[in-house]
Amino acid sequence: MALTWYLVASALIFSIGAGGVLVRRNPLVILLCIELMLNAANLALVAFSRAHGNMDGQMFALIVMVVAACEVAVGLGLIVALFRRRLPIDVDELRELSG
Amino acid sequence: MAEVLFFLAAIGAVAGAVGTVSLRNPFYAVLALVCHLLALAALFLLLYAQFVAAAQVVVYAGAVMVLYVFVVAYVGGAGEPLTGSTGTSLRFASILFALALFVELTIAIVGTGLTALETEGAGAGGAFGTPAVVGELFLTKFLVAFEIASLLLLIAAVGAVILARRRTGLADEGEVSVSDVMRRPEVTAGQAEPGSMIEAAGPPRR
Repeated sequence: MALTWYLVASALIFSIGAGGVLVRRNPLVILLCIELMLNAANLALVAFSRAHGNMDGQMFALIVMVVAACEVAVGLGLIVALFRRRLPIDVDELRELSG
Repeated sequence: MAEVLFFLAAIGAVAGAVGTVSLRNPFYAVLALVCHLLALAALFLLLYAQFVAAAQVVVYAGAVMVLYVFVVAYVGGAGEPLTGSTGTSLRFASILFALALFVELTIAIVGTGLTALETEGAGAGGAFGTPAVVGELFLTKFLVAFEIASLLLLIAAVGAVILARRRTGLADEGEVSVSDVMRRPEVTAGQAEPGSMIEAAGPPRR
């Protein structure tokens, strides 16, 4: 299987995630779409690691997974804090900072 | 054989991604993302990344998604209207942007001069991608990254707890303290006193 196919699949998943971030309004689903984009990047990293026969790309992918876990923890903490303050769980209505 | 497995896993991954973006209920979106992650782990296995695939299944599809499911259950996975104040023209523009991004990335990948991409990849030895190699690299070549990652996880855990804790100092009367939660079994639903869990769990203002 040529590695180009893996990279095209990665590009497709990344585009779907980027479109989802723009279309959806629930911050939970936006976090899920960011996960999609990170995973697409992971797939590209692992594919390039295979292309070079070098383990560095896989290590990079593991570090990306750690950073994604941190991002999920902080993002979900923010959503829980929003819910506690009875604010709307909708990024379109949270526009007090936009002036 | 590898081609069949690749196309099965890739179709599963793309279908999971589409489901995550398009399903209205956040709970179903989380489940679609779990399917996507499992299919992606199969793709990692096809690329000889055994340890990354195992970590993907255990850490991502296991632990992180459980966190998502709990938060969806806490916040309430009420279906949101997909169209609303956002407007259909903005949605159309977003989908157009995503399509343009895909076309651009595909042109960049297919049109590149990297000859290695047309092959199956360089010769991978027997130990390529195994946990032994990963562990050795993490403790030798990538030791600094490993330590910084552990520190980052600690900071993120503390930050999440501080973000999501109950603020007793500047709380409005609707919030409850930990002692109220501990006292809750004695209070029946009929005689909930103000400030207790039963009143605080009312419907959020929208």
